[in-house]
Amino acid sequence: MKTLTYKQIADCVRKLTKACAEVTPSCAAAMREARSKETNENACFALDMLLENAEVARKRGLPVCQDTGMAVVFAELGQDVHIEGGLLTDAIDEGVRRGYGENGFRASVLDPINRVNTGDNTPAVTHISIVDGDSLKLTFLPKGFGSENMSKLYMLTPSAGLEGVKRCVVEAVEAAGSNPCPPMVVGVGIGGTAEKAMLVAKEQLLREIGERSRDAELARMEEELTSRINALGIGAQGFGGNTTALAVHIGKYPTHISALPVAVNIQCNAVRLASAIL
Amino acid sequence: MNWKSISAPFDKAAIAALNAGDRVKLSGAVYTARDAAHKRLFEALQNGTELPVSLKGQGIYYVGACFKDGSPISAGPTTAMRMDKYAPSLYDNGVAASIGKGDRAREVYDAIVRNGGIYFAAIGGAGAIYADCIKSARLVSYPELGTEAIYEFEVKDFPLIVAIDCKGNAIYHK
Repeated sequence: MKTLTYKQIADCVRKLTKACAEVTPSCAAAMREARSKETNENACFALDMLLENAEVARKRGLPVCQDTGMAVVFAELGQDVHIEGGLLTDAIDEGVRRGYGENGFRASVLDPINRVNTGDNTPAVTHISIVDGDSLKLTFLPKGFGSENMSKLYMLTPSAGLEGVKRCVVEAVEAAGSNPCPPMVVGVGIGGTAEKAMLVAKEQLLREIGERSRDAELARMEEELTSRINALGIGAQGFGGNTTALAVHIGKYPTHISALPVAVNIQCNAVRLASAIL
Repeated sequence: MNWKSISAPFDKAAIAALNAGDRVKLSGAVYTARDAAHKRLFEALQNGTELPVSLKGQGIYYVGACFKDGSPISAGPTTAMRMDKYAPSLYDNGVAASIGKGDRAREVYDAIVRNGGIYFAAIGGAGAIYADCIKSARLVSYPELGTEAIYEFEVKDFPLIVAIDCKGNAIYHK
């Protein structure tokens, strides 16, 4: 049994929020590769700006993008951990409040009915899973909404088959067009219930770009869908070009005999992500 | 490709000389407005009440910046599509240019052509570079909207690309 305090957790999340100032190494590498393969002049312009911007942001600790997102936090809590001093979710919110406030990251969160801003980017969206062991893993994903707004959920039925699944993914990306700041990472969740499919899709955004699924069938689908999406020609910023998706990441979960849910959750070109273990 | 320079507020002849795909460095003053400020401007136009700023010849930058100690530290464009409901009315009431990211609705193309306006794309995700080009920021209206308030940004060599020109030509992949 290990005891973690509210303060330890809040401090940890506060530090993780600094991820808003840096794209992940695998994102930077994928963007450089996209640039090297690009032939469309306007897309090259966009990719050059984005590569330069990532450098400027990293060196000076500035937010890569002004949309520092809604803070999505995945907490994998070992079942032998005891937390004292307050609730886990409150501690995470405290870390978000302080991290965003200290660094000048944007307060983008508001009440959906009266549209009054909470002023400190809280609450976070926290997903808690209970795992083995006596540690707490926290993963911070500041999720921008240019891309989040392009999410799609399809409640297909079994007769749609795998080709139906693939068509939905391509259709969602095509409908998103220039809006989600391509080149993007496409997270896909297949199966489960409506909300489980979307959570699986979101979890795919935590993977290193280009890391293939360990499931051979899903890995094949990822490759095929990356090709089909890039054949759409949307390109960086929608200016046209060779790379619309940096990667497609697919996860699955068992589903009901009546169902074939497909969720698509899109990540923009600025993948910002950090995790820590307490 | 060579850069062209343009200044804001805008001169209609200078806008008419630009074509989709031109790379432009913008200098001068633009107003910021995104979802919440657009809703208010639109309602003011509909109700015939006074606007907080004169829109004639102005450029509107779709942005909600990150500020630290009163200065923007990241200020790239937000998705223009969300302003499509309001944009035609703003162009019809004097706005010369909008700056955002992503393609626009047919109604916005029509309003741009009708008014000899223009739509510039800034690069979504390049917030740090854009903040560097903002020399000063002044709160103009709706302070209660926080990052969504209207600011006047004085910009210098703000890198843009002409996304929809005054003839209705665009760079987006269709």
